Amino acid sequence: MTQHRVAIGNEQDVVAARQLVRSVAADEQFSLLARTRLATAVSELARNIVRYAGGSGQMEVECVREGGRSGIRCVFTDRGPGIADVDLAMQEGFSTGRSLGQGLPGARRLVDQLSIESEVGVGTQITIVAWR
Amino acid sequence: MSTTIPILRLGPVLLISVQVELQDATAEALQQDILEQLEQTDADAVVIDISGLDVVDSFIARVLTDTASMARLLAARCVIVGMKPEVAMVLLEMGLVLPELETALDVRAGLLRLGYALRRVAGEVEGGRA
Ligand SMILES: Nc1ncnc2c1ncn2[C@@H]1O[C@H](COP(=O)(O)OP(=O)(O)OP(=O)(O)O)[C@@H](O)[C@H]1O
Ligand SMILES: [Mg+2]
Repeated sequence: MTQHRVAIGNEQDVVAARQLVRSVAADEQFSLLARTRLATAVSELARNIVRYAGGSGQMEVECVREGGRSGIRCVFTDRGPGIADVDLAMQEGFSTGRSLGQGLPGARRLVDQLSIESEVGVGTQITIVAWR
Repeated sequence: MSTTIPILRLGPVLLISVQVELQDATAEALQQDILEQLEQTDADAVVIDISGLDVVDSFIARVLTDTASMARLLAARCVIVGMKPEVAMVLLEMGLVLPELETALDVRAGLLRLGYALRRVAGEVEGGRA
């Protein structure tokens, strides 16, 4: 199965990550709206790595099949400080970066699944799945 | 490193067309440039064409709204034009409602909204082509 990986170290990589996922989604015949949803979610998660995890991360993109349906899974892994309270971080308006706190809750609305595993001092892994 | 987005001056209107993938630093620099021009010139209107943007995430949305509110503080108005329908849809789905943001379909509609119109002047302009 197709698999891609991009390092996420800086702002340019945020652009590269969303371009990559757009093209994978196009290959997988996602609709324009579905591609835009996924690329926007990826943009949020990649930017968080640059902003909060010192750009020490990567994104892996994989096409997945389950039953009769096909989808795309993106796994974001970083070695940043971790998220102490994941439920809090998922809340609308919560930000430690004096930002809007819209990234994580917004991304969750744009994909079918979003899960976060994080350990303080070790890092964070966020997985999203979008079904076609 | 990051590209610079040019600002065109059409008399009192600043016209910006974003044609490249917007990096954070580029977006922030553009915001600065617009505010500087509003301060230093007698421009009182800003039209930002984002028809070239395939993705507008929360950061870019915030830069756009901040630019519009700062323009207002400088007694100018700012209209965002050309947002792709799927981009508008995704912003809505994300819950990023941007009430402060004035939008219009395209540059022409944006100018109209600001009280300016593009039209041919009657008669011939001196020095114009025959
Ligand atoms: N990869 C990460 N590593 C460590 N902390 C993170 C990471 N991603 C998010 N966070 C934490 O979760 C908070 C919420 O993230 P979210 O993206 O929702 O909002 P934000 O980035 O602060 O603001 P916005 O995305 O609206 O600009 C962040 O402020 C940060 O504290
Ligand atoms: Mg964020």
